[in-house]
Amino acid sequence: MSWTQFFFYVFAGLSLLCALMVVTRRNAVHSAIFLIITFFFMAAVFVILKAELLAAVQVLVYAGGVVSLMLYVIMLVKAEEASQVKQNLGQIAIAAFIALLLALQVGSIVYLYFAQKPAGKAAVEALKYGGNTEGIGALLYTKYLFPFEVASVLLLAAMVGAIVLAKNRLER
Amino acid sequence: MVPLSHVIIYAFLMFAIGMFGALARRNVFIVLMGIELMLNAVNIALVGFSSYLGNVAGQIMAIFIITVAAGEAAVGLAIVLSIFRNRLTVNIDSFNLLKW
Repeated sequence: MSWTQFFFYVFAGLSLLCALMVVTRRNAVHSAIFLIITFFFMAAVFVILKAELLAAVQVLVYAGGVVSLMLYVIMLVKAEEASQVKQNLGQIAIAAFIALLLALQVGSIVYLYFAQKPAGKAAVEALKYGGNTEGIGALLYTKYLFPFEVASVLLLAAMVGAIVLAKNRLER
Repeated sequence: MVPLSHVIIYAFLMFAIGMFGALARRNVFIVLMGIELMLNAVNIALVGFSSYLGNVAGQIMAIFIITVAAGEAAVGLAIVLSIFRNRLTVNIDSFNLLKW
């Protein structure tokens, strides 16, 4: 087992552990902090899989943007209210069963089909432009220009929608 | 070299954990975090296949997924905030009315 493989298992295992902590903590603020740690370990896995730009985007957008937005909203609603939501144990058992079933089912199918094929190869198409970031940038502005523009319209729509929804009614 | 099967199994375990969070928890923030974890699991699978095939298209797809996830988080949190103003709770069981 090479060092690359060893570190993949370390980071994957730690991120799964932190993800479990995210869904089991009672206090939503603790969950958000564990979510940040999960995203950092996921970025490490992306680096191992030769997706360096995506690792940086993961840290900037998720750990820096999405989770801090969540923390702000958790602080805006009453914190004690957010941490004292009661749990129903029957619901947990059913959800755990469904999630385990999905993981086992798809995991076994995947294992049978892709048993020992190696991943971690650098993208040939990207290397043509000089590296991962350069390759993605070049393709994003040429071959994938239309999806890129659609994504910017989507972000504008999301921003306007979020402002309209979160605006206080009394101020109108 | 990491075997592709292990990357995909990792992605599915992450997806299962996220689905557990979205199904089992009643705190609406943790439900949203579960959805984020599921979207990230899909990203892991895409990056795994991208690095197995040596093709950059999977990573570009993952970037678009991150974009959509960021928009989804913003709109979802705005909806949570406006529901909280009306019902003064974050328990998802009390979000049971479409009109008020």
